[in-house]
Amino acid sequence: MGRFHRHDDHDHGDHPGHDHGDHSGYATGRRRIEILEDIFAENDHLAAHNRAAFDAAGVRAINLMSSPGAGKTTLLQRTLAALQGRLRVGVVEGDIETDLDAERLAGLGAQVALLNTGAGFGGECHLDAPMVARALADLDLTTLDLVLIENVGNLVCPAEFDVGEHRRAMVFSITEGEDKPLKYPVMFRAVEAVAVNKIDLAPYLDFDRALFLRNLRQVNPTVTVFELSARTGEGVAAWVDWVAGPDAAVGPADQGLGS
Amino acid sequence: MHELALSQQVARLVTRAAAGRRVAAVHVEVGHLRQVVPEALEHAWTATVNRTPLAAARLVVTPVPAVVRCADCHAETVLAGVPRFDCGACGSPATRVVRGEEFRLTAIDVDDDPATAGG
Repeated sequence: MGRFHRHDDHDHGDHPGHDHGDHSGYATGRRRIEILEDIFAENDHLAAHNRAAFDAAGVRAINLMSSPGAGKTTLLQRTLAALQGRLRVGVVEGDIETDLDAERLAGLGAQVALLNTGAGFGGECHLDAPMVARALADLDLTTLDLVLIENVGNLVCPAEFDVGEHRRAMVFSITEGEDKPLKYPVMFRAVEAVAVNKIDLAPYLDFDRALFLRNLRQVNPTVTVFELSARTGEGVAAWVDWVAGPDAAVGPADQGLGS
Repeated sequence: MHELALSQQVARLVTRAAAGRRVAAVHVEVGHLRQVVPEALEHAWTATVNRTPLAAARLVVTPVPAVVRCADCHAETVLAGVPRFDCGACGSPATRVVRGEEFRLTAIDVDDDPATAGG
């Protein structure tokens, strides 16, 4: 505690020569240096570097985010299976829980670069541009059309870090509740598309679909919505078309939801 | 977690800007739409600078309210409470966030006298 002060409950922040915190003889010669530097500048610089590497190889990159347990890895498996023979896909896998998951992904014809984000206490809460830059060393971009970056399961941190992707999407499970867009508006605003997963469970849940879509539109009026089940495969084709490229047909799942 | 990564980033920028001078205070602006928990940032900053040349630097956070500007009527609306991003004047959803996404290092307070440096 103690070295953190907010302007709204202390008034001494603007008086550097009048420091209440530390009087150990350092008061002489103190001055303020204006900096005005974006704290994400270093990350954003590396993200631009990653994006340039994708562009140079003609690769499109998608940053895929979700909360834990939303079904991101299962949907990724479905997506890779559907894209086999259609696009050459690389995966930056930042959210692997077991080696078994990695093996399942590796069997689907994609190049997979594993990021060990689980090391240390609690692991990483997001991928940042330097991590993705390291992962790209394990992919041969010149042989790929598309890179899917599976971010760490978390609705807060990943939205803050540009990793060099061209498009952002998230997987939301209807088991998560209708209010999530209002609780995590930064994440829900950051994406172009939301895959609303586990619709096969709808008969067993009290999920209010209309309320969720209203909340989602409130924070992100232009987002594209795909309602699907990664388990049964229902609705996945339209999502796969979106993933495959901006020129692909908009799937029927998004029609009638308004924008 | 989140705040730890952010405070480490702040510490890197401050270390570079300070160029060896003792830093007494670090001033940052945090937009309302940045999901930064002040208490968590406090703990993270303390942990980050502990046993480093920045150990004596306190973190001063200035919150920045979130503001959207309407593309249709050009009104500006301050967002408060439950996030509604549509225009507070005409209700149009065609708004753009103009403030509230800042996360900037604005200034540092340094001691220039080299005799006092190094603590």
